[in-house]
Amino acid sequence: MGLEKSRLAKAPTGIEGLDEITTGGLPAGRTTLVCGSAGSGKTVFGLEFLVHGALNFGEPGVFMAFEETPDELTQNVASFGFDLAQLEKEGKLAIDHVFIERNEIEETGEYDLEGLFIRLGSAVDSIGAKRVVLDTLEVLFAGLKDQALIRAELRRLFRWLKERGLTAIVTGERGDGTLTRYGLEEYVADCVILLDNRVSDQISTRRMRIVKYRGSRHGGDEYPFLMGPQGISVFPLTSVGLTHGASGERVSSGVPELDTMLGAKGFFKGSSILVSGTPGTGKSSLALAFLKAACERGEKTLYFGFEESQAQIIRNMSSIGLDLQPYVDEGLLQIHSVRPSNLGLEAHLASMSQIITKVDPCAVVIDPISNFITAADQSGVKSMLIRLVDFLKMRQITALFTHLTSFSTSPDRTDENISSIMDTWILLRDLENDGFRSCGILVLKSRGMAHSHELRQFFLRDDGIHVGEICNQELASIRSATTSFA
Amino acid sequence: MDPENVKNEDPTATWLLRLYVAGQTAKSIAAFTNLKRICETHLKGQYQIEVVDLLVHPQLAKGDQIIAVPTLVRQLPPPVKKIIGDLAKEERVLIGLDLKAAVSVQ
Repeated sequence: MGLEKSRLAKAPTGIEGLDEITTGGLPAGRTTLVCGSAGSGKTVFGLEFLVHGALNFGEPGVFMAFEETPDELTQNVASFGFDLAQLEKEGKLAIDHVFIERNEIEETGEYDLEGLFIRLGSAVDSIGAKRVVLDTLEVLFAGLKDQALIRAELRRLFRWLKERGLTAIVTGERGDGTLTRYGLEEYVADCVILLDNRVSDQISTRRMRIVKYRGSRHGGDEYPFLMGPQGISVFPLTSVGLTHGASGERVSSGVPELDTMLGAKGFFKGSSILVSGTPGTGKSSLALAFLKAACERGEKTLYFGFEESQAQIIRNMSSIGLDLQPYVDEGLLQIHSVRPSNLGLEAHLASMSQIITKVDPCAVVIDPISNFITAADQSGVKSMLIRLVDFLKMRQITALFTHLTSFSTSPDRTDENISSIMDTWILLRDLENDGFRSCGILVLKSRGMAHSHELRQFFLRDDGIHVGEICNQELASIRSATTSFA
Repeated sequence: MDPENVKNEDPTATWLLRLYVAGQTAKSIAAFTNLKRICETHLKGQYQIEVVDLLVHPQLAKGDQIIAVPTLVRQLPPPVKKIIGDLAKEERVLIGLDLKAAVSVQ
């Protein structure tokens, strides 16, 4: 009992991913400070905490808005599917808009903020609230002159919240070099969460960090989060480690001859595969053949494309005898096409893992990962890929990534950065011989299996993908071709 | 003092002043005393004071946007004016109520 009692009670936020990184939620019966610059999502954070509390955890909540009117709030969060008006009607939520206009207020003599306490108390009592959000108390500093009094009253307010056992969130605007402009962090000792919205290369990425959480273990990294159609989703991907199991099960690559090259059995289930090659060598075709084979086994698959639309992919694949339409109709193959520049890198990762979690596929293709390099710096891409690969491995999802190499650099060199995190690396090569262009396929590495070391011919025909003879006689010309590119 | 509702003289009063307090604290008693004195001096016969105790009627705090107590709200004549504090400085109360100008014209 002693241990049970001493362990800090948590109030789950219901915000996707957040309860994971805080190991259970915000400290129950205490106050949490959520700070961030304008537009970083503080208000939505607070409202989501209340909405989930009211809907899922049987804890009604009070939202005290110092900046927005109830109508504005209701409209602003309607896009996340929160029906505040309905919750108010059901007595699960109370919104009080505190309006302070300095110009209308004259101050003379002593006063205190008992009025605010009474309002909050009456709202809490009216619905038996367990949760409170104060968004944002800093308005008091701008609205009233007696700053010393405000500070004394804030201290009293935080004590009052604690005495009443309310789990509270106070929001604060980010200050210059401090967490909040008016130093609210001085009063909130238990938990501080920082929201951030950074823009680099014109793409904004939202991140969240638990600055402090007294008496609780928590992830200390910056976690990317999305403000999606269901509200905030946090992605605790950095907490993934090298603890995933290794399956001995094998899955077909979709091309029987390629399976032969891979120790006659194909890929390991849950492994990561890189297919790299110059333009037009058939990377996407190979990737989709792999997914089709999985669909034929009745497994769910996911394809993330960054170059072509779904209709275009299906049309193009039918030209080499890969009819994907039935699997799309059956729901076994899901194609997600988006331009890489539409989202920031973290947001891409976040949205991909969100989709992967929802669909729960056996095989995933990302085609191509090289497009991210245009969207972000190399080191960012690598760390994102490591996290994505770990995430997929934890779920035992076989993942195939394609990578476009340019003609100007040696094809074996460009990918060494990312190849280290891949289990299998297949290279598709451009071969030019006597005025005729053909392709070669080579398994550069494949961990844990006796794979072929031959460069074989690789054809895309109207009846499918084929791997042909060893192109021994062409070896010399390949070498010369590669060096001339470099 | 009856903090519930203190009606003064003239029912056709042109000045309607509402004083929000939270219980009979030293500050609320001081505010009422100060207000009464100022009104007697400057608005004799034309004012009405309503005292609202928020401990008794907490729901009334929302309507007039009360956060501090004591708060004096000038309901009439418009526009609505607010003065917070125990109204110790007569000068500032007169400015806050826009009485300064009115008094000097008289």
